[in-house]
Amino acid sequence: MRVHVDAEKCQGHNRCYSLAPELFDVDDLGNAVELNDGNVPEGLEHKARLAVANCPEYAITISE
Amino acid sequence: MTVNRHPPVTDFATDFDHTDPTWVNNPFPIWDELRATCPIAHSDRYGGTWLPVTHEHVSAIAYDTDNFTSRAVVVSEVRPGPLDLPAPIGVAPPITSDPPFHAMARRLLLPAFAPRKVDALEPFTRQLCNDLLDALEGKDIVDAAVEYAQHIPLRVIAKMLGFPTEDADYFRHVIHLILEEGITATEDDDERLVEGQALDAYFDNQIADHVANPRDDLTTFLLEAELDGNKLMHEHVRGTMLLILVAGIDTTWSAIGSALWHLAHNPEDLKRLAAEPDLMPFAIEEMLRAYAPVTMARLVAQDVEIGGCPMKEGDWVLLPFPAANRDPEFFDRADEVIIDREENRHAAFGLGIHRCLGSNLARMELRVAVEEWVKRFPNFELADPSAVTWAAGQVRGPRSIPVRLPG
Repeated sequence: MRVHVDAEKCQGHNRCYSLAPELFDVDDLGNAVELNDGNVPEGLEHKARLAVANCPEYAITISE
Repeated sequence: MTVNRHPPVTDFATDFDHTDPTWVNNPFPIWDELRATCPIAHSDRYGGTWLPVTHEHVSAIAYDTDNFTSRAVVVSEVRPGPLDLPAPIGVAPPITSDPPFHAMARRLLLPAFAPRKVDALEPFTRQLCNDLLDALEGKDIVDAAVEYAQHIPLRVIAKMLGFPTEDADYFRHVIHLILEEGITATEDDDERLVEGQALDAYFDNQIADHVANPRDDLTTFLLEAELDGNKLMHEHVRGTMLLILVAGIDTTWSAIGSALWHLAHNPEDLKRLAAEPDLMPFAIEEMLRAYAPVTMARLVAQDVEIGGCPMKEGDWVLLPFPAANRDPEFFDRADEVIIDREENRHAAFGLGIHRCLGSNLARMELRVAVEEWVKRFPNFELADPSAVTWAAGQVRGPRSIPVRLPG
C-alpha cells in the first residue's frame, strides 16, 4: 500500500500528520508530504485509511 | 449582549438574519429546515445577502476565488469603502486578500503557525490552563466561559504578538465591537470611528515599542518580514495584527466553550473521555465539526449563478461552515455528536486557500484546555441550562456557562 499527497490540493489542515505521523510529515509552511516515498509499512494500513478519510480537501489517495 | 437594531425574522428562507435571537440561540433547526426546502436562502438585509447551507454549495463558493472576493469577510451594513486598502490586499491580509497577493501574504505568516512552532507553545498553554483551574478549586459554581475558556486564547495570542497580557480586557472589548456590535453599525457611527482610531493608535504604540526593542515575537517577525524585497507596509502590519487578534481569540474561546458546554450536559461522553484519554483526538475533531464556531463571508465579485440562484456583484454571501458540517448528505448521523467518530472531513477551519491560518494553534489550545479541565473536574455538570448565553454574529460560542463542580 502507498499513500500520495496531492500538493496542489493540500491546504495544510495537518489532519494526516496528526493521525499518522509515521506516514506523513509537514514542511515549514505546514503542507503535508508523504514519508518513505509513500510506502505504508505493514500494520499501518488503518492509519493510512484514516488519513485519507479525514482530509477535508481530498488531497490524499491510496494505491494498493 | 449585542444591540440588535434589526426587526425579528419571521421567514428564514426569504429574510434571514444571523443576528436574530432565534438563530443565535440555536441555528441548527434553521439550517436543517433550509437544507430540505431552500438550500440557498436570500435576504434583503445588509443590502442583499445569500445563505448556502449544504456542504456542496458552501465548498463550491469557498473554492471559487474568481467569482467571490474575500475583500470583506464579516457581513455588516457597511461594505468596504474607498479608504480601505483595495483588493487584492484588503484590510486584514491575508484573510481579506484575493489571489495572487493572498498567497504571498499567507506564505509569510504560515511558518509562524506551523505544527512545530505551535508545539513549542503547548507547555505555556498547559501551565496557563492549570493556573486558571487552580483559581476555580473549592468553588461550587463557576462560569466555564468567563473564568476559563476566554482567558486561554487571549493570553496565548497576547504572548505570541508580544503585547502586554494586562491589556487582555481591551482586546476583549475590541473583538466584541468588531464581531458583534460592528455587524449592525452604520457608516456614520461615530463610536465605531473613534474605536477604530484608538485601536490603530494602540497598534502604532506596540509597533514603535517593538521597533525600539525588537524581541522574539510575532510583532517583531512582521516588522522584519519582507515581501518582494520590501518591508511590509505599515497598514499591512496593523491589518495582520488586527486579523490575529480578531481571528485568534473569539474563535478558539468559542470552541473551548462549546466543548465544555457539551460535556457539561452529556455525562456519558464526559465519563468516557475521562476514562479513555486516547479518544481525545477524535473527540476534539467531533466537537469542531458539531460546534464549528466560524461562519465566513464573501462578496460576489461578478454576477454568477450558484445552485440556480442569480448572485449579483456586491451581494454578500454567508459561508456557514458550521451548517456544512451538519449536512446529512455529507456526514453520517450529522446531527449527533459521536465522540469516537473516526471519519471526519469537517470544514470547521474552512476549505481551500483561506484554510484557517491558526488551525494548528486553535487545535492545540482546544485539546489542552479540554484535557486539563477533564483531568481536574471529571464530574462537572451544567448548573443552570437556561443561563447559558451565545455570542451573536459569525463566531458562535457560549459566552456564559455556569457549571457545578463536584464538592
